[in-house]
Amino acid sequence: MNSKAGSTFGSDGATDSSAARRNSKKPKYSKFTQQELPACKPLLTPGIVISTFALIGIIFIPIGLASLSASEHVVELVDRYDADCVPQHLRDDKLAFIQNSQTNKTCTRRLIVPKQMSSPIQVYYQLDNFYQNHRRYVKSRSDKQLKSKSSERETKTCEPEGTTGDGLAIVPCGLIAWSLFNDTYSFSANSKSLQVNKKDIAWQSDKKHKFGSDVYPKNFQSGGLIGGASLNASIPLSEQEDLIVWMRTAALPTFRKLYGRIEVDLEANEEITVVIQNNYNTYSFGGKKKLVLSTTSWIGGKNNFLGVAYLTVGGLCLFLAMGFILLYVFKPSNLISWLYCGLSLRL
Amino acid sequence: MKRIVYINDESCQDLYCDNRVSNRKYTLLNFLPKNLWEQFRRFMNQYFLLIACLQLWSLITPVNPASTWGPLIIIFAVSATKEAWDDYNRYLSDKQANEKEVWVVKNGVRKHIQAQDICVGNVVWLRENDEVPCDLVLIGTSEPQGTCYVETAALDGETDLKTRVIPPTCVGLDSEQLHRIKGVIECPNPDKDIRRFVANMRLFPPFIDNDICPLTINNTLLQSCYLRNTEWACGVAVYTGNETKLGMSRGIPEPKLTAMDAMIDKLTGAIFLFQIVVVVVLGFAGNVWKDTEARKQWYVKYPEEGPWYELLVIPLRFELLCSIMIPISIKVSLDLMKSLYAKFIDWDEDMFDAETKTPAHAANTAISEDLGQVEYILTDKTGTLTENRMIFKRCCINGIFFGNESGDALEDVELLNAVANNIPHVIRFLTVMTLCNTVIPIKSKSGAISYKAQSQDEDALVKAAAQLHMVLIGKNGNIIVEVFAEINFNGSILQYEVLDILEFTSDRKRMSMVVKDCQTGKIFLLSKGADEAIFPCSNSGQQIRTFMDAVEQYAQLGLRTLCLGWRELKEDEYIEWSHMFKEASSTLVDREWRLAEVCQRLEHDLEILGVTAIEDRLQDGVPETIEILRKAGINFWMLTGDKQSTAIQIALLCNFISSEPKGQLLFINGKTEDEVARSLERVLLTMRITTSEPKELAFVVDGWALEIILKQYKEAFTELAILSRTAICCRVTPSQKAQLVELLKSCDYRTLAIGDGGNDVRMIQQADIGVGISGREGLQAARAADYSIGKFRFLKRLILVHGRYSYNRTAFLSQYSFYKSLLICFIQIIFSFLSGISGTSLFNSVSLMAYNVFYTSIPVLTVVLDKDLSERTVMQHPQILIYCQAGRLLNPSTFAGWFGRSVYHAIVVFLITIHAYADEKSEMEELSMVALSGCIWLQAFVVTLEMNSFTILQILAIWGNFVAFYVINFIVSSIPSAGMYTIMFRLCTQPSYWITMVLIVALGMGPVLALRYFRYTYRPSAINILQQAERSRGPIYSLGMLESQLKSVEKDVASLSINQPKSRSSVYEPLLSDSPTATRRSIGPSAFDFFQSMPSRISSSYMRNCKDN
Repeated sequence: MNSKAGSTFGSDGATDSSAARRNSKKPKYSKFTQQELPACKPLLTPGIVISTFALIGIIFIPIGLASLSASEHVVELVDRYDADCVPQHLRDDKLAFIQNSQTNKTCTRRLIVPKQMSSPIQVYYQLDNFYQNHRRYVKSRSDKQLKSKSSERETKTCEPEGTTGDGLAIVPCGLIAWSLFNDTYSFSANSKSLQVNKKDIAWQSDKKHKFGSDVYPKNFQSGGLIGGASLNASIPLSEQEDLIVWMRTAALPTFRKLYGRIEVDLEANEEITVVIQNNYNTYSFGGKKKLVLSTTSWIGGKNNFLGVAYLTVGGLCLFLAMGFILLYVFKPSNLISWLYCGLSLRL
Repeated sequence: MKRIVYINDESCQDLYCDNRVSNRKYTLLNFLPKNLWEQFRRFMNQYFLLIACLQLWSLITPVNPASTWGPLIIIFAVSATKEAWDDYNRYLSDKQANEKEVWVVKNGVRKHIQAQDICVGNVVWLRENDEVPCDLVLIGTSEPQGTCYVETAALDGETDLKTRVIPPTCVGLDSEQLHRIKGVIECPNPDKDIRRFVANMRLFPPFIDNDICPLTINNTLLQSCYLRNTEWACGVAVYTGNETKLGMSRGIPEPKLTAMDAMIDKLTGAIFLFQIVVVVVLGFAGNVWKDTEARKQWYVKYPEEGPWYELLVIPLRFELLCSIMIPISIKVSLDLMKSLYAKFIDWDEDMFDAETKTPAHAANTAISEDLGQVEYILTDKTGTLTENRMIFKRCCINGIFFGNESGDALEDVELLNAVANNIPHVIRFLTVMTLCNTVIPIKSKSGAISYKAQSQDEDALVKAAAQLHMVLIGKNGNIIVEVFAEINFNGSILQYEVLDILEFTSDRKRMSMVVKDCQTGKIFLLSKGADEAIFPCSNSGQQIRTFMDAVEQYAQLGLRTLCLGWRELKEDEYIEWSHMFKEASSTLVDREWRLAEVCQRLEHDLEILGVTAIEDRLQDGVPETIEILRKAGINFWMLTGDKQSTAIQIALLCNFISSEPKGQLLFINGKTEDEVARSLERVLLTMRITTSEPKELAFVVDGWALEIILKQYKEAFTELAILSRTAICCRVTPSQKAQLVELLKSCDYRTLAIGDGGNDVRMIQQADIGVGISGREGLQAARAADYSIGKFRFLKRLILVHGRYSYNRTAFLSQYSFYKSLLICFIQIIFSFLSGISGTSLFNSVSLMAYNVFYTSIPVLTVVLDKDLSERTVMQHPQILIYCQAGRLLNPSTFAGWFGRSVYHAIVVFLITIHAYADEKSEMEELSMVALSGCIWLQAFVVTLEMNSFTILQILAIWGNFVAFYVINFIVSSIPSAGMYTIMFRLCTQPSYWITMVLIVALGMGPVLALRYFRYTYRPSAINILQQAERSRGPIYSLGMLESQLKSVEKDVASLSINQPKSRSSVYEPLLSDSPTATRRSIGPSAFDFFQSMPSRISSSYMRNCKDN
């Protein structure tokens, strides 16, 4: 019997042609196309989960202890001076004191070194409630201008501190540069002055690639309103390390910036005298100013957070692991009980 | 508005377009504007464009506009490229059609030209099996009567051949004259009505006369039809190119939206609202802070008086910061995933039909997830459940049953003996079988005879007769009036002259033939048809009781029956009738009706010869497929044009319904409205009462009753539809099929329609998912469908494997996309509280863009390979599909989980970062990179935890991406001009960076892991149980619990859907919220039930198990 040829008369042409066309389309077997790539299917078995938690706990607690001890070894000396450095009679109107260029802003502080501090000792200034991350502020700079002399006029992003009233470009322009921190500290111990090394406080990469060595300050702080420090117009920007440090904006409203380094060891209970030129205005917004002397360790400055967090998390994980073990022993899962039931049936 | 066509006139062809077919959406010139316009009509794209435009305003943009424009342009480029590629393919197929060679008369000579060069007025010549290149008015054929046959399947989906006639005025022109013919055709302007063509034609002298001759659709050959059974035909082109009837009716089908897409859209809307709330609140707070605090911060230098829009600046900044809440990558990722799902279907070797060499094909690449959420399957019967391969199995001749014992009449010795002994009844029966049809025998060169039949039944009958030694060896001449049929019977050749054919119509349900025996000169009327059409015409003296029994008996077996009858005609009776017949055939008004009436006059007093029974075998694997899919909670409706008893039999055979006492059939029937209404009410009552019983109820309704019900009692029927899991609708028309789909869709059910023939096309297009079987009735259904498969049994794989995986994968991908965008967004929001609510972005533009486009998009794309359960397990436990059907993996509550996770992770990342990097370390670039790294670390672990299976690709993608993050950032960190120059090197040398990362991961993932483990162990979902079972290779023991778990789920669904079909929101409860009682119960008696009720399956799987071990 000739069954195939004649029976599908209805659409012979179409079927045949497309059948021929499709014939070549027979799927080629490969493990990928058949979705049969070998795969492992890890399950959340009690063994895996409990050992994971136990492992985390076991690893975390030593790390936490190490971090904590590193942090504990860091000696830190913090002195808040913004309030105390205003003369007693002017404390009612601090703002007037700071804005008056005539008042004597020199202020002397005595600090006791709590523990032996080995060099190098980092000198930081800390500002509180200072929003270097405010949008208006953080954007108000011109990286191009800082980098090369030819881009001097690129001040569009610097508003409202792009140009002077006469339309001359300010170098360096922008709110960040304009508000450069201008308190200064000079240290002495045992009536012998302590040298503060202000070299290499900025990142090398910034000095080399972000701030031009041929860019000199121009028209800086020449407007009506003086923001912060002024710059020596004969030193190129790449050497103005205070500026470079300041221009690395902080992400948080409380931040420390490197002022310099003291490269001698300080003994415990040594008394240090700091002469502060208290110029910077934090009084209008109630910000605090602190002077910080600190040693460093492999983990950075004094920060107990990581250590405490590691100990807590490690402890919790161990606790969870124990809990799961207890649960596993006293209240086996339905799932497992079922498999268990089945097993006994089978036997 | 008329179009005047001058036949064969070369001079006036410029008036109308040429025959260039163009399905292209675009041209080279308009591609860009038109494509952009199309893309921007989507809300998401408008939103992104608005955001991108806002970012151009440097005052408010937190980041470089490139971070939005970049991805936006990539996304647009990707979709534009896809469109361009599709359009190019359309162009290629158009080109193929346009450059097809056709014969056209030019200047009196027949020339071979390309189809695109046909002009209006040309005379086009076609040969047998040629495709009609444009709309033609027929003027000549090879048949002296001026008829030809066309197949119009591509146009209207009807597979039977249609007769077309040449207008009377052209009758008798020979081919030489046709070359030189001149004339004018007046026709309407192009329209898309394929059933109407009202025109006039007038030939110029010297041809006949100049009478106006009316033309109808019967005088046309429309584009894309095929010329069949006719040696040649020629016609005048009247509509060409895109102005043909097909060209005008070509439309772009509405894109289908999956339930998941709808859910994702809803969630997007919710996130959008949330975003607006955040923006308003933060904007307000920001303005307040600015006025109270920021004015005191002298270094910010706020001007006293801002511009008028000052109040808007901060809210708009936050709008931009939060704009990433709606991930721009989700659209691209989803499109990519969906096309991969479709490819997996195309590639699937297990769905390759070796018999017809057809692979499965997903024509619609966008709706794979819906496959996993199907609730109703509406299936055609013939060709879908059955093979549509008719085989003659039994017959009843003159009251004697043949083939009852062996099941095959052709092997029945009694019948063979009867044939050998020339029992007159049997011979007559065979003669009718052989002659009374429109089968065309074709003799090949080798001498073998093959048959071309329009109807599978006729084919089966002729073949069966041939096996019984009555072979139809030829029909001489294609002349309808005088066909000489030659029959070779036991070596002797009998010749019959076919005098008239009384054609089959669906109203008459029978066909007859008047033949003249060339030896004896006697004239016979031979009839065959459905029982209800033949029995009333029988000789009143004859006992037809046994035949009726036979029909009944065969129908019970699911066989298709035809009754054969005959009558000898007196010469004068025939001649008298013949006149009437000729007259009726040439009438112009109501010809069909008149013909039917004339036929009626001849078809009476038939002597019933017997009943044939033809088997249409079930396809392989149909009962199993239906059983599995029904276990998966899918309801089946069978919609068939066949008669009730056959439909019920087939339904029983393929597990569609159970026989008594397990199942019960409820019939809705009646001829009048009242009867139907009463019947419907009764069925509905029964249905309501018995819903609690474990009885399988199904209702049966026929086309007539359905017509009334759909018109008058739609509500009651809707309730019935909801209550009943199974239904059989017989004798339904294509439009009723589509109406039923519409009805179920209106109840918010996800429907899948599967069919194979032209009559299923409407239903397939109407349903949420249309599946076509590329079967023997041609490819219309397959072409119209979203998916085409070779056999019905592949449906279970399509749904349970492809549909389910697609659903799971998309559920994860979409929610994850939101999660990771929300994560970064929440970090920005928390940061804004530490930056004076001024809208500063913590992250730089490059990181933000790369985060969305690379770091978080690529690893998660490999979820396309994720399998929670193996294919085998799913097939063994199809009940698991309920998780997809009920939308348990993507719904507001699961989404809330992801939302919560993103909040938690954002808090973890941010708090740890700012505490670990406080004071002297709080440099902006460093801190932002620490936070970003924290996010990336978390992502890698989140994706790892959420995926169920890991192939090498997934591991590579997740951890490769992780490494790539560092590599990319090292590269960016070594570009001096980049903002983050040296940052990454600095961080990587700090031990505290790595310690911070590990802390973020531990604190971020610890609770997630613990919670997940707790749920997995103490509140496992059915999926978890199966996963565990898969692992321990003991599938049987966990089944009991699984069953009961699913039962409780199902109960929820059922009760809800009964009470309030439209608000099934509470189905969307979280995966794991099963009450403790339900879990407890599951260990108890229900498991016991399970063991009792399905012992066979246990033992079988136990056996298999043993083998495995």
